[in-house]
Amino acid sequence: MAKIIAGVGTSHTPAIGAAVDNGRTDQPYWVPLFKGYEPSKKWMAETKPDVAIIVYNDHVNAFDFKIIPTFAIGCADVFPIADEGWGPRPVPPVKGYPELASHLVQSLVLDEFDITICNEMQLDHGLTVPMTLMWGQPQEWPVRVIPLAVNVIQYPAPTGNRCYNLGKAIKKAVESWDEDLRVVIFGTGGMSHQIQGPRAGLINKEFDEAFLDGLTQDPERLAKIPPIEYMREAGAEAIELVMWLVMRGALGDNVREVYRFYHVPASSTAVGNIILEAV
Amino acid sequence: MSKKQEEYEDIPGTWVFDAQRARKGYHLNQFLYSLMKPENREEFLADERKYLMKFPMTEEQREAVIKREWNRLLELGAVSYALAKLAFTDKKSYQWMASQMVGVPEEEYVKMMLAGGRSPDGWRSKKERGEA
Repeated sequence: MAKIIAGVGTSHTPAIGAAVDNGRTDQPYWVPLFKGYEPSKKWMAETKPDVAIIVYNDHVNAFDFKIIPTFAIGCADVFPIADEGWGPRPVPPVKGYPELASHLVQSLVLDEFDITICNEMQLDHGLTVPMTLMWGQPQEWPVRVIPLAVNVIQYPAPTGNRCYNLGKAIKKAVESWDEDLRVVIFGTGGMSHQIQGPRAGLINKEFDEAFLDGLTQDPERLAKIPPIEYMREAGAEAIELVMWLVMRGALGDNVREVYRFYHVPASSTAVGNIILEAV
Repeated sequence: MSKKQEEYEDIPGTWVFDAQRARKGYHLNQFLYSLMKPENREEFLADERKYLMKFPMTEEQREAVIKREWNRLLELGAVSYALAKLAFTDKKSYQWMASQMVGVPEEEYVKMMLAGGRSPDGWRSKKERGEA
């Protein structure tokens, strides 16, 4: 049986990817951030999952404004890297797992989550920056990936509660797959940030820390946070944090916090990282 | 035709990209999306107005693009993630664009971020700030 063994919460700030791609990780601005991710990287190297389900949002790269799916799963064999306006990131193409991805779609739709199916899809920093943070710069990614894109660009994003319940349905779908696979699930984006208008640069450390605490201690409370609270308290783009609730929902009732890291800033964002093992 | 004011419209210094704004900004955002392709970036930079005429956006929107009026573009329906492609086309960073929206030099913006960012205190409500 396939099993979700752990969850990773992490920011996916594009500037982090640019720092790695351009060899700037040893600059004083970036040193604390990459040092803070070392334990997670080590954990990942030891954990060696077979598959990663990465919940992320596309930033107007795979999808333009013609069609805006709320939830979309990538079912391709391989996913190319998007040119976001400055050339594609120099990272390997991402290997998919079409059989398992298609199984997820089938199971989720029957569980009343209306998933958009993507048989071709370009991936942007929302997915590749978390991979870089957890696996570094390999020639080839050591894991197969199922991209799960969530609309957080056009208001409203799906609610935290909806995301949390989607996570629960993902757990059920994975566990109904016969092959013995060790699966990790990523919730990406956030933490507090606003990247538009005169209020850009907003950071709310208290909100972020309470969110990290809640992931382990009281996810039901987090699932009830309404969209306005994310936007008002932690910045218009902090709504991305609902994607972390998909990850948390997929881990079951009890988790063990293995590691946590919090850092301000990366460009305009507060960076958070948490590793939770399902127990 | 109108609807009651949404709660998020009370957030200061913010243009939430909601369904109505997305509708107004559709062609503007499709233009921004087109800048993903290097040949389009070149064509746009060679003659901005000519390139913009290919998209049935409003004249107001075209002017704001040419003048790089970032906040005005947000108001006219551009979404920040798509606007980034215009900044990248100009070989600028997202951080630079954010500093322009705030209206301070980039170094000052970076300094604010290194000091922990902008506190939400005083930035939660237009009503509280006497702006509404």
